[in-house]
Amino acid sequence: MKEFVLIFRLNGNSNVKPSPEQMQERLNWLGSIAAQNKLADKGKTLSPVSAKTVKPENVITDGPYTEIKEFISGFMVVKTETIEEAVEIAKANPIFKIGGNVEVREVMPPPVSS
Amino acid sequence: MNEKVSTHHGLLPHLFRLEYSKMTAVLCRHFGLQHIETAEDIASDTFLKATETWEVYGVPENPVAWLYAVAKNKTKDYLKHQAVFETKIKTTFSYGNGEKERQPEIDFSEQIISDSQLAMIFAVCNPANSPEAQICLALQILCGFSVEEIADAFLSKTETIKKRLLRARQNLRNNHFEIKNLPEEAVKSRQDTVLKTLYLLFNEGYFSKSNNRLIRKEFCSEAIRLALVLTRNPLTNTPQTNALLALMCFQSSRLDARTNETGEAVLFEEQNKNQWNKELIEQGNYYLVEACTGNEVSKYHLEAAIAYWHTTPADADKWKHILQLYNQLVQIEYSPMTALNRTFAFAKVYGNRQAVSEAEKLKLEENVHYQALLGYLYSGTNAAKAIAHYQKAVRLSKSVPEQKTLKRELERLINLVENED
Repeated sequence: MKEFVLIFRLNGNSNVKPSPEQMQERLNWLGSIAAQNKLADKGKTLSPVSAKTVKPENVITDGPYTEIKEFISGFMVVKTETIEEAVEIAKANPIFKIGGNVEVREVMPPPVSS
Repeated sequence: MNEKVSTHHGLLPHLFRLEYSKMTAVLCRHFGLQHIETAEDIASDTFLKATETWEVYGVPENPVAWLYAVAKNKTKDYLKHQAVFETKIKTTFSYGNGEKERQPEIDFSEQIISDSQLAMIFAVCNPANSPEAQICLALQILCGFSVEEIADAFLSKTETIKKRLLRARQNLRNNHFEIKNLPEEAVKSRQDTVLKTLYLLFNEGYFSKSNNRLIRKEFCSEAIRLALVLTRNPLTNTPQTNALLALMCFQSSRLDARTNETGEAVLFEEQNKNQWNKELIEQGNYYLVEACTGNEVSKYHLEAAIAYWHTTPADADKWKHILQLYNQLVQIEYSPMTALNRTFAFAKVYGNRQAVSEAEKLKLEENVHYQALLGYLYSGTNAAKAIAHYQKAVRLSKSVPEQKTLKRELERLINLVENED
């Protein structure tokens, strides 16, 4: 079993407060993954407002999206045999209905210490 | 002692079972856990005397007081013997807690009984033993069930249970668990194990495959009784304890309605709601409110909340709530059964057609309930597929009443198909 991080991205102008129906859809999606015993970590939702970016030379800017118009809205970890399976899970996420996208990344196994 | 007791009817078996475990707990507190057999011998002797005496002279006016008076005397006698043994033969013998000088009189007051029982619960739920062994120990030591009764409930051989208990008791004695004053540390570190054991004990009764309905009911009520002991001490009266108790009350309220006279399971939708015990439902509501005093959401909270909705027949959003609770529950603790129940709730909200693909994702081919669920979901739209799934379910089922229920549905579908042709 491998682990994959799903990284959720939303547009800066997409509606951040989900409706009860959207909420329910999201929870069903999460429940469905857990019911398949493929949820490794339900992850976290990240605030789009309370955000700073720290850069070299003590430069600190507001928000995550100074140069990109997308921002990361959250992440979670699934456990599946293949990346294709993880992609199938990601496809069912309701984020696409509000213009978001999902990045799927395999978690690297820790380096073998000798 | 139990063969003797079984010759009596009505009050006595119940009284014996209850008081035996209390008495053993108090005596254990006195002697220390290493000498649990001594405590049990004294309790057994007491009940033997009661059976003999009561058979001849009738049951005394206050049977409980009578029992404790005899137990006190028997303990005194035992200690006197020990004292002689100590001074004449062995001078270094000491009891569990090192108190060999002037044993104080055994105190069977309400408070001491309650404290001792609580301590015994924590002593028995020792993580050194497997959950199954803990349940067996709990049934024997905390609830006073005989090895035969336990074996019957587990559908196991008496020998197997005996061996399991023997090993578990060895672990118990070797573990230096302080039973006299239950330390706060032990309470904190073992609380989860204790709740889990009580939860499993309850489920053993609630979902038992044994046909002995009486025993099953008693397992459930014993689990409730022990959970109630936990609520009487501020250290153990936690939101989780109350949530577990609420769950047990809600489930118990349907105990009579969920099986028919022949032991066959009655599906939830076909249960006679008048048979639901309203008093237990109200108690469940009470403990559920008590459980919601903190911010904690444990699996007991979620299961209790699901059980609450099941006792509430009329609410348009009922299944939506149940689905969301299952969504959370399956995230806290995955089990195939939770996954399947979640899918059933999903079907109730979004319809069987959509639930089929949700169910098929689970890929639990070798699970009876998985096959039965798919059979159920297909039955309205694709009778052939439904029949195939029900047939698989029948093959996988190991329980006769379950097979009967499945076959009944299978026949109905086969008739349906034949009439169409």
